[in-house]
Amino acid sequence: MIPSAFEYYAANSVDEALKLLAEHGDEAKILAGGHSLLPAMKLRLAAPTVLIDINPIAELRSINVGDKVTIGAMTTYASLLNSAELKAALPVIAEAVDQIGDPQVRNRGTIGGALAHADPAADLPAVILALGGTLTAQGPEGTREISIDDFFVDMLTTSLEPNELLTTITLPKMGAGEGASYVKMVQPASGYAIVGAAAWVKLNADGTVAAARVAITGAGPKPTRLEEVENALVGGASSEEAVTAASEAVSDELELLGDIHASEDYRRAMVKVYTRRAILKAIKAAS
Amino acid sequence: MSVAPTKMFGAAIKRREDPQLITGQGNYLDDIKLPGMVHAAVLRSPYGHAKILKIDTSRAQAAPGVVAVFTGADMMDINPLPCAWTAASGRVQNNINTPRALAVDVVRFVGDPVALVLAEDRYTARDALELIDVEYEPLDVVVDGRKAVEPGAPQLHENAPNNIVFEWDCGDKAKTDAAFAAAEVAVKEEIINQRLLPTPMETRGSIARYEPSTQEFTVWMTSQAPHVMRLLLTAFVFGIPESKLRCISPHVGGGFGQKIFCYNDMAFTMWAARKIGRPVKFVEDRSENFKYSTHGRDHITVAEICGTRDGKITGLRADTIANLGAYISTIAPGIPTTLYGRILSGVYKIPAAYCRVRGVYTNTAMVDAYRGAGRPEASYLIERMIDRFAAEIGMDPAEVRRKNFIQPEDFPYDNGLGLLPYDSGNYEPALDKALATIGYKDFRKEQEEARKQGRYLGVGISSYVEICGVAPSAWIGLPGEGWGAGLWESANVRVHLTGQVVVTTGSLPHGQGLETTFAQLVADELGVPYENVLVEHSDTAGTPFGYGTYGSRSAAVGGTAIHKSVTKIKEKAKKLAAHMLEANPDDMVYEDGKVYVKGSPDRSKTLAEIALQASVAYSLPEGMEPFLDETTYYDPPNCTFPFGTHIAIVEVDIETGRVDLLRYVAVDDCGPQINPLIVQGQIHGGITQGVAQALYEQAVYDENGQLLSGTLMDYAVPTAAQVPHYELDHTVTPSPVNPMGVKGAGEAGTIGSAQAVMNAIIDALSPFGVKHMQMPATPERVWRAIHSSNNHN
Repeated sequence: MIPSAFEYYAANSVDEALKLLAEHGDEAKILAGGHSLLPAMKLRLAAPTVLIDINPIAELRSINVGDKVTIGAMTTYASLLNSAELKAALPVIAEAVDQIGDPQVRNRGTIGGALAHADPAADLPAVILALGGTLTAQGPEGTREISIDDFFVDMLTTSLEPNELLTTITLPKMGAGEGASYVKMVQPASGYAIVGAAAWVKLNADGTVAAARVAITGAGPKPTRLEEVENALVGGASSEEAVTAASEAVSDELELLGDIHASEDYRRAMVKVYTRRAILKAIKAAS
Repeated sequence: MSVAPTKMFGAAIKRREDPQLITGQGNYLDDIKLPGMVHAAVLRSPYGHAKILKIDTSRAQAAPGVVAVFTGADMMDINPLPCAWTAASGRVQNNINTPRALAVDVVRFVGDPVALVLAEDRYTARDALELIDVEYEPLDVVVDGRKAVEPGAPQLHENAPNNIVFEWDCGDKAKTDAAFAAAEVAVKEEIINQRLLPTPMETRGSIARYEPSTQEFTVWMTSQAPHVMRLLLTAFVFGIPESKLRCISPHVGGGFGQKIFCYNDMAFTMWAARKIGRPVKFVEDRSENFKYSTHGRDHITVAEICGTRDGKITGLRADTIANLGAYISTIAPGIPTTLYGRILSGVYKIPAAYCRVRGVYTNTAMVDAYRGAGRPEASYLIERMIDRFAAEIGMDPAEVRRKNFIQPEDFPYDNGLGLLPYDSGNYEPALDKALATIGYKDFRKEQEEARKQGRYLGVGISSYVEICGVAPSAWIGLPGEGWGAGLWESANVRVHLTGQVVVTTGSLPHGQGLETTFAQLVADELGVPYENVLVEHSDTAGTPFGYGTYGSRSAAVGGTAIHKSVTKIKEKAKKLAAHMLEANPDDMVYEDGKVYVKGSPDRSKTLAEIALQASVAYSLPEGMEPFLDETTYYDPPNCTFPFGTHIAIVEVDIETGRVDLLRYVAVDDCGPQINPLIVQGQIHGGITQGVAQALYEQAVYDENGQLLSGTLMDYAVPTAAQVPHYELDHTVTPSPVNPMGVKGAGEAGTIGSAQAVMNAIIDALSPFGVKHMQMPATPERVWRAIHSSNNHN
């Protein structure tokens, strides 16, 4: 539990952080909440020689609710949980954040850190996937927007370039007839998801499903949309029977993982169960 | 007559230790910094089993800040660590296959220590480990106790064919076989008590200092038994006079048994401190604690129970493989034998019982006592089998228990398994109280209704008895039964001339609050204010020899030693007061901190006045020594046998297999409670560890011997949020063994709990035909049990 030596830099602005990133390249790691990085360093599973601490950057800590919701990457889970404005606009965020870790983790951990680290069992990636968020990254060439659908590449790997910093998460507000939900089976030691499922639905006036986005986490190498399930839902009824049938549409090709907490087979079965539960809960929130 | 002071025995006062500990003012091992101290880091085997072909430490030696690097070959001038419990009639030897300070030639589990780095700081020491080059030749690995005894299994020690440490049995085999042959009903089950990681909040470690001019060592250690460590390290490991070592346990942050034992770091810090002439500190990190420090449980048992169709149990048979790991830890052989087999029949009058145990080596960390030590394994087994039997004959499990309980008039009760007789017990009232609290009859109706709605509730009962005050030389002093010595305990009580009372004890707390309970005991008996009693402990310089704190023995054994010293103090005080009052010593009465002449309470002397006179010593009775100072070495005639009934209610989500522990009722009987608040704390912590075994915790090795549950991210120690509120109650059945009637409460919660939860889960799943399931009942395991049953659609 003793990390190897590293240099530490505190960045006071995004520009300064980018400059440090450019300077130190692959040797450097961005330090956000540190709840994933520091334990990995203590176990020497990660040994970056440079840490760039972006905690001092005040401009990255913000929640703005307008036509859309924009959240600064360094906004802590606790801030997300405690924002009444956010809760009104996107209640699913608080619902999910409340299931993350413990108070210590929520006080330090950040939304941007969770997304950029891309832990396959983290909770928020599934939620942002289901909500169809857009991420803003800043690099030496300026800023660019990345759809959340293009963000998660593989286990612990995103489409962020090594010289880029994730700065903002933009999410659509919950409109009329829309609902979202996040449910998870918790791994009792780590608090991460063995299977987590997030769902967003838009219902027609007649109760049929107009649109849906469903994503899972914890079960496979990366957070993933379940498009077969979405397709099975859209145009159909929002009844329990219809949702159960749609949840069974999870592809057998979907890549899942097994470990000492749950086998691959069990996770496959639970993906269907939690997907159904998340969709039903989202429908309830929508109606 | 003076007004009686508030009675402290039985008062639920807060612990006097806590203000210091909870404000961060404690002094734990890692808080200790000595001038010139160097920091140790240990290079550990990444292989489960391998020959060490070559170790090159030259790059590490040359690193800046590194003071020295040593290997096992350097430390051949000290002996291996001793095994103190020569179980199986002495067939386990003190020095055979016990660990050395560092491994030599062969490593036998992942974490086996290979080299020691000493450096100016901990970071440098850790970094230097990566500069040591070790060439290994990997060998075949076996981690499962069952596989270890199969023909062709990898062999760990040349002198232990088939990896057998010992074969041991107890009970009457012929009689038991006959009982099974004649039985109306018999059921058989494989019962696995999985390996657990004790996980004290503070990890282990030691700091050694050597004084060349006097050749004396001082070792600070995270130990539950510093006097024993002093004995083992001097007489067995170093071959030096016992007087050359002082052992000190500073504040110790939990032990659960793991800190009883003699560990390699005690030896290598001593060896290295002497070698380099500077104090040496070693503190495990959590990963090392999980990999190297002792684990608990790990039994695989074929269990059988038989009886009549009307619920009378006639026989119990068990064949257990106890996985002891790669080497023999300090008291490892005693746990699955003496402390397990001999109490296997639990609270029941079973006419024929027999237990065979094979201790085996595997390529895993050593297994030794963990909270409950043998008794949880025994209690889990019998309580699971009682439920299994009840289900087989279609009788209510509460009724089967009631029908087979040892009755109050049967005490002292000899269970026929080679234990001293159970001291006292009254099992039915505890069961009744627990059933009433949980609302058993109503619950059965609720359960039936819930099932109609597709909700699966279950109730599980556990009626346990355990062994506390593990000490009597009459039992544990027998060769093969214990340490080869009675585990008596000591206490010195002194009344200083200011009237302040100082108690020094061979027992010591590592979280139990003994400073509080012992002071309560003394305050009452001497009739002095609680604040005036100081309890000193944990340092071999200044405390009388004692065997330490484990096995829920401190109150029953250490407490009784104090009680006896106090009685001697009172006798001497009466004699001296008679002299001071010019009265007949036979007419003196000691009451509420005063001695008075019978019939003339105004002719009295307070204890403070008497103590002053004893200290000044100007006029003492003929032949009386100065000072009120009495020491007792107390060897109890018997153990104590606390008992109780725990009941759990669970709900199982049959779609996912997730278990919700809805309610937990515990009715415990540990005799009179010195401090009910502390007892409740012990019960709470104990239950949580048992619930954790049932639902969460398991140490998992892969087939190569890698510990997959090697961090707290994968080993699930539950937090308060993961367990329910516990509903506690008690009955009081005093022990006839000691004058206070106390029995012990440190482990009961753990011993009584895992099977209550498992029985509840299996009860919930009875509509699916589930009869047994191994622990922990993870969602997947429960889900599989449901899906593999015949009744699932």
